[in-house]
Parts: sequence; structure tokens; C-alpha cells
Amino acid sequence: MDAVVRTEGLYKEYETDAGAVPVLKGIDLAIGMGEFVAVMGPSGSGKSTFMNILGCLDVPTKGRYFLNGRDVGTLSDDQLARLRNEVIGFVFQGFNLLPRANLEDNVSLPLVYCNVQKRERTKKAVEMLEKVGLGKYAKSLPNQISGGQQQRVAIARALVNDPKLILADEPTGNLDTKTSNEIMQLFRELNLEGITIVLVTHEPDIAAYAKRLVKFVDGMLTYDGEVSGAHA
Amino acid sequence: MTGQMLIEAWRAMGANRLRTFLTMLGMVIGVGAVVLMLAIGQGAQYSVEESISSMGSNLFIILSGSSTSGGMRMGAGATPTLTVADAQALSELPEISAVSPAVPGTAQVVYGSNNWSTSVYGTTPAYLTVRNWSVSEGYPFTDSDVRSATRVALIGQTVVDNIFGSEDPVNKIIRIRQSPYLVVGVLSRKGQSLDGRDQDDTILIPVTTAQRKLFGTQFQGSVRFIMAQAASAQMMASAEKEMESLLRQRHHIQEGAESDFTIRNLTALANTAAQATRVMSIMLGAIASISLLVGGIGIMNIMLVSVTERTREIGIRVAIGARRRDIMTQFLLEAVIISISGCTVGVLLGVIGAAAVNRFAEITVVITGISILMAFMVASCVGVFFGFYPARKAALLKPIDALRYQ
Repeated sequence: MDAVVRTEGLYKEYETDAGAVPVLKGIDLAIGMGEFVAVMGPSGSGKSTFMNILGCLDVPTKGRYFLNGRDVGTLSDDQLARLRNEVIGFVFQGFNLLPRANLEDNVSLPLVYCNVQKRERTKKAVEMLEKVGLGKYAKSLPNQISGGQQQRVAIARALVNDPKLILADEPTGNLDTKTSNEIMQLFRELNLEGITIVLVTHEPDIAAYAKRLVKFVDGMLTYDGEVSGAHA
Repeated sequence: MTGQMLIEAWRAMGANRLRTFLTMLGMVIGVGAVVLMLAIGQGAQYSVEESISSMGSNLFIILSGSSTSGGMRMGAGATPTLTVADAQALSELPEISAVSPAVPGTAQVVYGSNNWSTSVYGTTPAYLTVRNWSVSEGYPFTDSDVRSATRVALIGQTVVDNIFGSEDPVNKIIRIRQSPYLVVGVLSRKGQSLDGRDQDDTILIPVTTAQRKLFGTQFQGSVRFIMAQAASAQMMASAEKEMESLLRQRHHIQEGAESDFTIRNLTALANTAAQATRVMSIMLGAIASISLLVGGIGIMNIMLVSVTERTREIGIRVAIGARRRDIMTQFLLEAVIISISGCTVGVLLGVIGAAAVNRFAEITVVITGISILMAFMVASCVGVFFGFYPARKAALLKPIDALRYQ
């Protein structure tokens, strides 16, 4: 299986007043096409930094990162923007929808940045909203729907440009258990359609939806293997 | 993409209407002030230039009597004042294109049951050339009228209005100090002079008629002043020198003695006035531009606040694939929209204000397409200039910092 994500000796340190503090201390990881990976670890373990690097939002201090076979370190800002646009879909804990735009516009936003025509954008956006079960809310504003529904919209937005990889950073952190399970069910369905998913979470119940578990402690990988949980 | 960005800019501006309105107001006032001040300045310039061209170009006026030696020497009786013959001699100088002597006075004129007091000029047909004046109806009197001192008159529009009303004055007989004069023509309307006199309140008659029949003269052929026009602006200086030496010679004035006449360069005076208004007009524009600058700073201020407020939104956009230049374009577009819509309203208000000034203060205002076009160009530049820094700040935000911003 082709690796969608491959890191070699990924090392990241932050400059602070007390000197350089290493956050990631050499991560070697490969994630193949169609995998569903849960990333766990205590606060400060480096998992968020790792996700930011995977999402091309941050760059490693040392080491290399191949996304879809391309060495991200050699790409320009514009090329990175294009990767984020076409290869990656983001789902955040806080949903991060634009409050003043209706759901349809929110979902079609990634298409705006790759110059898709208006009519095509609307068609695609409505299609994605229907896929996450919110087709009839296309013209509503984000504050008119519930948190779970907002997260579905965010997922629709992540899906709209047919990404290879979905990065979800604590997607259920702001949701109740029932809604969380619904969202995770949705992720599982997407994964069955062949989309690679990397998910950061605190909760073992949530991680149990994944097929593979990766644990971070103090910037190092301490576990990489099967998920052993109730929901598996 | 541009369409979508316009919609988003509109949405962002609509999200805080009062703030957008106040920011725009800065531009409105700035542009309005510039348009109004330019209109007033250009209006002043226009009316001064109009007066100058109505006065005639490259003009000298030669007054009899020296300003310093006064009446005593003249009163001795030996010194001749300026005469028609002097005017004749001056007109033969190569630097001089036209000369007209003048015997001015005031007289009561009567037509039918109307009467009017006006200034009467005894002069020659060349006066019309010198003053750049034309006859709108009838014909001017001729040199032969001057030679034979006939009682003919050219009358100004104000005189026509006051004694003829709507009647056609040409070939009518008017009475000037009881004597009958034939109206041969009507002078075209000239309006106010630089010093505010009504130039149309006048009657022109042959200089000889004025000397012999209307006002009389102290000496044979003497005139009060002579107007002379130089052939070109370049010849003004040499014309003045030539005229002075010719007149001194004709008046037998010895070397070193003071002249018994004064030559004044009217065009130089007028040019000074024109320059003064030009300076005033530039100053008005400059002062108004300061308010435009302040409006621009207002835009920058609000855009900076807006960038800070929308940091998270910028983060989201970057995460889903916006390039730096997309973010930059978005914020620049907002700044330019604010400044251009402010400018449009400002131009409207400026034009309305100018019309009001024209109506109520009775000041000439001139609004040119160029000044409006310039206002628009300056406003877009202000938008781009003051929008650039905030837009750049937005575009250079680090995506992770922007996303984490609360």
C-alpha cells in the first residue's frame, strides 16, 4: 500500500526564553492509503505539533515529511497552500466555520481557492451537505444549528475537494457522547469509502473507532499498533 | 473567485455597519472637501482669468501728468499733456499693435422717458481691439467718424437694459447731455472688471466728439489717458521703453528730468492677481488633501482592527488552502471598496456643496471632469496604500498562530 504520510526523523523544537525546547524528538511514521489512525497522548506530548506538521501548517526543524510522495520541505508557500487545498481536509475541535457565511458558502470555500466556478461550487457543496445529512440547511447560518451539526458541516467542508487525507484534531472535544458517536460513525463510513483519516483524541472510546493507534509521550512514539478497546 | 471575494468583502463590511459607515465617512469628508475646494479655487481662477481676458491682453495704460511733479509745473501751462497726436505717434511704433486715446467722463443719457447716468468714453475704433471687445449688434463707429467728430455712440449692455429695455437700440437717437447721438451699435456683454466695476455700463463715442462737443478740453486735442497694446507678450518690455523715449522726445523732456506721464503695465498687474488665485487654489486643495489623508489613516486603523478580529478566520482560510496573496487581496479589496464608495459619496456631496456655494455665496465654482477623475484615482490609491499594511499583516500571519487565536 502506498504511504499517504511518511515522516523520517521528524524533529521540532520551539525557541523559548529558556532556550530551545524540543517537542518532537525524531518521529518515523508511515500511514498508508485508507488507514484510520488515532493519535493519543497527554498534553504536551507533541501530538498537536505533529498534526500541524502533517497538515502543512507548520514545518519541522529537522527531518523530512513526505505527503502523497512529495517532500513537503522543498515546497513553496503557494504549493503548500495547494496541498492543503487539494490533498488535505481539516476538521477542528472548535468547528471553525465562518460565522457570517451560510452553510453552503462555508462548505464551498475550499473550492473558491482553486478557482471552481460558482455553479459547480454550489452543486458540490449541496452534495456534500446531503452526504452529512444537512442538505436542507444549505442556506442557514452556523449559529442556527447545533454543535454536532456544525461539526458535520466542517466535515462536509473537509470533503468537498475530494481529499486523500483527513486530519481531525479532537473533533469530538466539544460534543456530548451521543453526538460524538454519531460523528465517529460518519468518519468510519468515510474511511470505508477509502479516505485516510488521522484523528487526535484524548478519549479511548473515540480512539476505538480507529484501526490503528499511535501514542506520543514527550515527543516520542511509544506505541504503534492495534487498537484494543471496547468498540473495535 | 473575484465575485466571491466581493461578496465576502460585502459581508465583512455588513457585519459591522456602523464602523464601516464611520470609516467611509472619513473618506466622504476628505473627498468632498477636496472636490469642493478645487471647485472654489478653480472658480476663482476662472473668474480672474475671465476678467483678464475681458480687459485685453498685453496692455499698457499711459496716464498724463507725472505722479511726483504734480500739478504745479503742468499749471505753468507750457507742458502739453497727452494728446491724440501722441496716440497717433505711438501707434507707429513697431512693438505696438493698437493704440486708443481716451477722454472719459460721466454723463446723463436719455431715451424716451428713461434716463441713466453712465460713463462716456471718447475714443477711437482701435479701443475695441485694445480691449478685446466686439460689437454684438449694429456696427462700430469708424475712423471717419473720429475725423469729422460725428455724434454717434456704441452703447454697453447695461445702458441698453436701463434705457431701452427690450427695444432694439440700433439706429435710435439717444440724448447725451441734451445733444442727440445716433446709436450705431451695441457692445457685447463683458461682465465685471477685476476691481468689480460693471464694464457694460458705458458708452463709447468718437474721441473728437468728446473733446469738442461733450466734455471740452483744456488744450487742443488733449486726452486723459492712452491705452496701448503690445504686439506680443515678449515685446512688453521693449514696447514700454520705446514708448517712454518717444513720448519724452515729443514732450521735450530733458535728460534727467521727470516724465510728465506714467506708463503702467496692466497685464503684469493682472498676472499677479492670476498667480495669487492660483496659489490660493493650490493651498485650498492642499488643505483639503489633509482631510483625505486623515480619512485614509482611518481606513488603515479600522483595517488593522479588522485583521486582529478576524485572525481566526484568516487561520481557517489558510488551513483550507488560501494562499497569502488570496488573503492579501481580500483585505485590500475591502479597503478599496470602502475608499471608493466613500469617494463616490464624497464627490456627490462635493458637487452638491459647490452648487450650494455657487447659489448662496454667489461665488463662481468650476467642477471639471478631471478633478473628479483625480479624486477617484487618489481615493483608490489611498485605499490601496492604507490597506496594504493591514492586508500584508493578515497575509503574513502564521497559520497555526492564527488558528489558535481566540
